[in-house]
Amino acid sequence: MGGFGFDVAHMLAGLLVLASLTMLYQDRLVALINVLAAHALILSASVAWQAHLQGAPDLYVTAAIAFGFKAVFIPWALRRIVRELGVHREIETVVGIGPTMLAGIGLVALSLEVMLPVTAAADPVARQDIALALSVVLIGLLIMVTRRNAVSQVVGFLSIDNGISLAATGARGMPLVVEISVAFSVLVAFIVIGIFLFRIRERFDTVDLGALDEFSGERQ
Amino acid sequence: MLPLVLAGTAVLLASGLAGLRRAAPDAARRIVYGSSLGLCAALALAGLAALGAPPTVLRLPLFVPWVGAWFRLDPLAGFFLFVVNLGGAGASLYGLGYGRHEPTPERVLAFYPAFLAAMNLVLLAADAFGFLFAWELMSVTSWALVVAHHHEPGNRRAGFLYLLMATLSGLALLLAFGLLAGPAGDYGFAAMRAARPAGGAAALALLLALAGTGAKAGLMPLHAWLPEAHPAAPSHVSALMSGVMTKVAVYAFIRIVFDLLGGPPWWAAVVVLALGGATAVLGVLQALLQRDLKRLLAYSTVENIGIVFIGLGLAMAFRADGDPIGAALALTAALFHVFNHAVFKSLLFYGAGAVQAATGSRDMDALGGLIHRMRLTSFAVLVGCGAISALPPLNGFVSEWLTFQAILLHPDLPQWGFKVMLPADGALLALAAALAAACFVKAYGITFLGRPRSQAAATAMEVDGFSRATMAGFAALCLLGGIFPGVMIDALAPVAHALLGTRLPAQLALPWVTVVPVAAARSSYNGLLIFLFIATATSLTVLAIHRFASHAVRRSPAWDCGFPDPSPATQYTADSFAQPIRRVFAASLFRAREVVTMPPPGDTGPATIEKTFCDPFWDWGYAPVAGWIDRAATTLNVLQFLTIRRYLSFVFLALVTLLLAVALWG
Amino acid sequence: MILSLLVQGVQMSLVLLAAPLLTGAVRKVKARWQRRRGASVLQPYRDLRRLLGKDVVLAENASWLFRTAPYLIFAFTWVAASLVPTFAAGLIFSWTGDLIAIIALLGAARFMLTLAGMDIGTAFGGIGASREAMIAALAEPAMLMIIIALALMAGSSQLSTIAEFMASSAAGPRVSAALALVAFVIVALAENARIPVDNPATHLELTMVHEAMVLEYSGRHLAMIELAAALKLLLMVSAIACIFGPIGLVVAGPAGAAAAAPGVAAIGAYTIGAAAYAGKLAVAAVLLGTFESAIAKMRVFRVPNLLGGALMLGLLATLLLFVSRGL
Repeated sequence: MGGFGFDVAHMLAGLLVLASLTMLYQDRLVALINVLAAHALILSASVAWQAHLQGAPDLYVTAAIAFGFKAVFIPWALRRIVRELGVHREIETVVGIGPTMLAGIGLVALSLEVMLPVTAAADPVARQDIALALSVVLIGLLIMVTRRNAVSQVVGFLSIDNGISLAATGARGMPLVVEISVAFSVLVAFIVIGIFLFRIRERFDTVDLGALDEFSGERQ
Repeated sequence: MLPLVLAGTAVLLASGLAGLRRAAPDAARRIVYGSSLGLCAALALAGLAALGAPPTVLRLPLFVPWVGAWFRLDPLAGFFLFVVNLGGAGASLYGLGYGRHEPTPERVLAFYPAFLAAMNLVLLAADAFGFLFAWELMSVTSWALVVAHHHEPGNRRAGFLYLLMATLSGLALLLAFGLLAGPAGDYGFAAMRAARPAGGAAALALLLALAGTGAKAGLMPLHAWLPEAHPAAPSHVSALMSGVMTKVAVYAFIRIVFDLLGGPPWWAAVVVLALGGATAVLGVLQALLQRDLKRLLAYSTVENIGIVFIGLGLAMAFRADGDPIGAALALTAALFHVFNHAVFKSLLFYGAGAVQAATGSRDMDALGGLIHRMRLTSFAVLVGCGAISALPPLNGFVSEWLTFQAILLHPDLPQWGFKVMLPADGALLALAAALAAACFVKAYGITFLGRPRSQAAATAMEVDGFSRATMAGFAALCLLGGIFPGVMIDALAPVAHALLGTRLPAQLALPWVTVVPVAAARSSYNGLLIFLFIATATSLTVLAIHRFASHAVRRSPAWDCGFPDPSPATQYTADSFAQPIRRVFAASLFRAREVVTMPPPGDTGPATIEKTFCDPFWDWGYAPVAGWIDRAATTLNVLQFLTIRRYLSFVFLALVTLLLAVALWG
Repeated sequence: MILSLLVQGVQMSLVLLAAPLLTGAVRKVKARWQRRRGASVLQPYRDLRRLLGKDVVLAENASWLFRTAPYLIFAFTWVAASLVPTFAAGLIFSWTGDLIAIIALLGAARFMLTLAGMDIGTAFGGIGASREAMIAALAEPAMLMIIIALALMAGSSQLSTIAEFMASSAAGPRVSAALALVAFVIVALAENARIPVDNPATHLELTMVHEAMVLEYSGRHLAMIELAAALKLLLMVSAIACIFGPIGLVVAGPAGAAAAAPGVAAIGAYTIGAAAYAGKLAVAAVLLGTFESAIAKMRVFRVPNLLGGALMLGLLATLLLFVSRGL
């Protein structure tokens, strides 16, 4: 047990996992985006707490970037996309919510079981951050796998990025330059996907990726 | 005392001959069931006495001359002797009255005492040969009882399936004992204990024992025969098979894994825990979907076996990690549940038998309203339903509570597998308990409550005195077990001590007979006080209300929101009661589907609803295996039509190959 | 000894007396949110008195089970409610049962209620009973996961011990406790047939669960069932309050130790505890009323997702506890 500092770090990381699981539970697009914003907010709080714990001021910048880009800008943009695309509000999941949630919890258990023994030498805060970050990444992948809608896939992708950030800050931070470049690459990816979405929609009149399969060359 | 017990068993075995007297079936019935009742009662007392006594061993010059037959009576065998013969005595007493409805009594009476004797022999045998002999005798005699009503459709299939699985189980146990005996090949249990196998052989023996005993107990995925075979037998034999014979299989598992094999590795506990959890939930879910009362009870047996195996898996886990108190707690919980299940499942099968005797049907959708016509039966069955649903202050709750307490001890286990597995098993156990409550609300509500759905149900008569006495006695046992659980826990202490080297703290010395499994700060439960509180609160309330408030009663037609319908068909049925749970849980697990077809507007034809569900174990487990065997048999069929020269060449080739093998490895 | 017996007696009568008040307060808050003045918070008492004075109108084919069930339901619930610490933990009989036993007692009450619902043989009773069985089957695993998480934290499934642990400084800020709280609230809503799972005020037949089961009851029987429902609500609120907000709760170490304190000091502590408890009930009434006014009832077959979510929260709380304990 690492005292109060550990408790708060643990709470924030746990809340991040919870937010990821909440994404699995949501079946409305707008609600999903709201949860994504909360996800990023928790991430930035967690990074700021790390900055405080480690006495690393550059992490405050990271936290600010996380807050500005991921918690405010991207959700706003996503909401706009949803509005402009007029995407229907239900998400068609591939499997039901119950099994997906079970799988999500299973992934958390798996990542804890894998990461905690491996990182036995590291300090407690970093250990639990890395273990929980892995579960956030895995749940993000699960979201991308179980959802058909392109927008929710983007959300899954962004939550993966949040998980990676959590792991990176837990491990004594990455250099600011790397962080900024990662942030920009995510942004670029986001823009590309956004444009892509509009193109898909223009072309096929839907953003359901299932519809794209019908047009892929392999099927014909 | 062991010679006396063996003599009693032998008399039991022989008394079946009296049942062959076709001329005087009534006298035969009285002789067979009366003598079984007396002998079982004596053997149960002997089992109780053996709980506190040191083990006794006896060698008789039977079977293989140079090995002989070893028998041993130790606390574990004593406890199961008590459970088996308690169930046996109950079934015999019940049979005295219920046997009157038997169309072909000689088919039952001849095998019934032999079945009881065979179960006792399994418990007493202390060498592999005697054990397997008794095991197979138990299988064959119970098979004969299953096919006693072989004219009814489905029973012959059930018998065939049962025989098949019994063979499989015997084979697995044979191989397990082969591994246990080791290269020296000494089949006495004492020798097996002295030279325990290690590594791969031990693991294989453990898995074989799990398969062999699990197939008999009804552990998934080897449970498929159980819901077919148990209901097919006459009801008191069903009670024996479900309540008692499955416990003999549990005994065999404990004997092999805890006694003969010694400390199993921790992964084995994970396997047992996973199987136990799955068995508990899937078993009760299947039970919930049934509308045949006895099939429902049989599936519920599968569930309870799952709960027992969860307890055993916990004991294995704690033992593998060197936590003797946890292991003793889990083992005590499992054994307590063994006793409880024997009591309430017997009671419920007696109740089902009474319903069948009174109405001629076990289809719940043809019953209803029996509470008005069968007062004592309905009350006793209500107690049994409460006990099996793990409701305080009855006995079923205490054993499940102890299992939960063992689960709550689990953070002391270091392996991550357990840390994830045990909370999941806890949730599965809670789910199974809640589903069991739903299942027995359904069973009781459809069968005994509401309005009669058939003429037979409307004119049912209460059953005979023997049956009622048995049911009342077992209902009282359910209550006593729940109020004084400390007695049972203390009685089980020698068993835990013999197997694990430690015991739970003595409970009876505590004030107010509280149950404190580990420490007072952790948890405690007091069945007596809970019972007293409930009894006091109920009677005080009734008194106060009838003293100070109105006690007038007016009878009127049912309100039913203003639109009562006189037809009993408008009531909920077994299927409709299960519909929400079927939709939530069984839609994905059992692919339960409902198809509603409405006639087009203007058409006066009836609307129909069609419900289907499938058993994944049949579709993905048994059916493919049966298919492979069928195909292999067809292929090998060619071998039956060869020339004599070909056959000779096969024999010659086999001989040469074997010789070559000997030359190479010898 | 006498003081502790007295305290236990006060506790048992307190829950009985306070339960209708809590129900009345929740109704009042809901009425205020609907811009109605609403009935007085004392209205449930008047309802009970009126019901007790009326004749019982019994269906012609009602059995003995139908007539005894209300008293049993009430007794089960009352015993369960008196095992939950309200203003003081570690009462003299608190070791009679732990949280699992309390939940099981509520299960026993529900068992009787569902059976009573099926006794008359009307379709409404059946629909209520079968849905109640489904909700219970979903709520109980979630509840057990919460108990596992709490027992992991406090090392006990005994409510008094958990409350003492939570009141001590060892508790600290715990994400697991927060998750368990949310899950507990969801389960409590489902157990008490509150919105969004069931509507306690509805008389639209097809949407109701609890009300459908008690449709045939009248007079003193109905009064007993209503009182039991109010007690159950109070029980859940008390349990949540004593686990997650043990402020002002009289905790005095192991059972009976409070009685050893000097008489006046003990009585002072009990008074503070009772005042704090009254405050907690008021807060709970406002929160519950507001929540119920703000949210819509769910379709029946959406409930599994909600309660499944509670189960997941409990599992996650347990897993996170392993992380924080293991480091």
